[in-house]
Amino acid sequence: MSATDLAANYNTTGKPDSADIQSDVLEVAMGPHHPSTHGVFRMDVALEGERIIKLKPVFGYLHRNHEKIAENTSYLASMPYTDRLDYFCSMTNNWAYALSVENLAGLQVPERAEYIRVITAELTRLLNHTCLVGFLLQDMGALGTPLMYAFREREKILDLFEALSGSRMMCNYMRFGGCRCDLPAGWLEQAKLVVANYPRFLDEFERLLSENEILIARTQGVGVLPRELAVNASVTGPMLRACGVNYDIRKVDNYGIYDRFEFRVPLGDHGDVFDRYMIRVLEMRESLKILNKALAEIPDGPVIDPKAKLRGFRPKAGEAYGRIEAPKGELGFYLISDGGPNPYRYRVRPPSLINLTILEDMCLGHTVADVVVILGSVDIVLGEVDR
Amino acid sequence: METLEEIKARIEAAVSGAQLEILANDSPSGQRSLLVDDNHALTVAMFLRNDPGLQLDYCSNVTGVDWPDKVEKIKTKVKKVVDGAEQEVEETIEKRTPGFLEAVYHLYSMSLKHGPAILRLRTENRTDKVHLPSLTPVWRGAEFQEREIFDLYGIVFDGHPDLRRILMWDGFKDHPMRKDYVEPDDYEYEPTPHAEVLEKARAHLPQPQPKEASA
Repeated sequence: MSATDLAANYNTTGKPDSADIQSDVLEVAMGPHHPSTHGVFRMDVALEGERIIKLKPVFGYLHRNHEKIAENTSYLASMPYTDRLDYFCSMTNNWAYALSVENLAGLQVPERAEYIRVITAELTRLLNHTCLVGFLLQDMGALGTPLMYAFREREKILDLFEALSGSRMMCNYMRFGGCRCDLPAGWLEQAKLVVANYPRFLDEFERLLSENEILIARTQGVGVLPRELAVNASVTGPMLRACGVNYDIRKVDNYGIYDRFEFRVPLGDHGDVFDRYMIRVLEMRESLKILNKALAEIPDGPVIDPKAKLRGFRPKAGEAYGRIEAPKGELGFYLISDGGPNPYRYRVRPPSLINLTILEDMCLGHTVADVVVILGSVDIVLGEVDR
Repeated sequence: METLEEIKARIEAAVSGAQLEILANDSPSGQRSLLVDDNHALTVAMFLRNDPGLQLDYCSNVTGVDWPDKVEKIKTKVKKVVDGAEQEVEETIEKRTPGFLEAVYHLYSMSLKHGPAILRLRTENRTDKVHLPSLTPVWRGAEFQEREIFDLYGIVFDGHPDLRRILMWDGFKDHPMRKDYVEPDDYEYEPTPHAEVLEKARAHLPQPQPKEASA
């Protein structure tokens, strides 16, 4: 083979020929082991150049068939298992499950227990949103610092939970018809202190972040979710309210004693990542209002309905769906009883999974770096997505 | 929100031929549901979403339920002629109720803030006639949840845009949430003092031959 033959294979004109500029579609598997996926979650992404033309989420790496396990154990024995769904927010998981069983069996909750439930749920909302903002910034490349600030505050709330339930994250604190135990001595004062100091942390956090040029450049106009699509795709929680839909189950259902508290529901305009960030910050401030009032007003009394039966609990045959506004969206439990000691059907409505329905719609046309931020703004926990 | 009876009457007026049935719920929650036949499910769903008085635009929860075949033994007293004289004899009759799979939809309205209205669809049986119409074209929020029902219960949703397994892997054969699902026998022996595990191990592994005493 002579030198001229070889040269024939190369384009020596200095201009690209059509074969050179043809951009092939590149398929990338993002995950399952990638720090930005917040667990084990895979996105099969098709890229044209840097733009995303297709994105399919793949689930199931953490699937353990939570529902089947719950159908084979008694009602009460599923309570600690609900902690493991969304392991950031075990208190709200407990509440959603307890609420559904109370609907199913017609149990009443004493007033003090209702107050404790509101206090723990709002503390959970604080810690979830704080952590989420930290993770979001971490995903954007602000390595370490915001997340450590967030975790420092979270630890203060987890200390309260530990004093209350014996465990930082897997609280297993609520029971059908109330709570497991009363508040320990000095707990209310400690909680008041944490709540009183929280606005200062939020101010500092916001001063550092909300007008940060890089944060604005990375989030405004990214991952826009139209309002109609959000409603049609059953998106709930801060994701939905960032699109401007006024739907907060605390206001709609007034479960527990939420009708006694005054708080506003922050709404976004654009439905982009920045709005989702901002909604969460504003929601934390509203939670602090609820907490201040609840901690001041909490009455004395029993924390569990004396008629509530924990062992040998057999609700009448029938079914019930109960739902609460968990930090990530609508968390619901659907239970069918056949009169036996185990639920005949036990279903978790996981907000994290259903909020991912529109992940592809939000990501199309963006770059891979934006996908990481958009996924971070959805706020998923894989323990709940895969169950 | 209107009562379920009113909704039923309105649907029957709007969708001709729809067969609806209100299912009772004895629990204190009192959430009754509406059973819809497969052929009209999509039209009924469209009506519920678009009707200005209902506007059930938010499909919150979609789930499957498995109701296996039931065999009931009913004891009845039958009069029979035994040895020329009429006598009452007890007989047991086996009453077989065929099973079915069920899809349950919890609907709410975000614009009018009411709910839930509960829709139920039922398959004919649990083996070969397991097709139901997909309501994903009406509510996109049902997409992943219907995939989950397909995966774990084996209901095939016709008209679903992307019906694949979601939680189990693609090569998986069975439907784990069914009541008669048996775990695959992939037992591995581990040294253990527990009798039932040892029993299982004995069934699996070839028994070690007893050593002959050396001479």
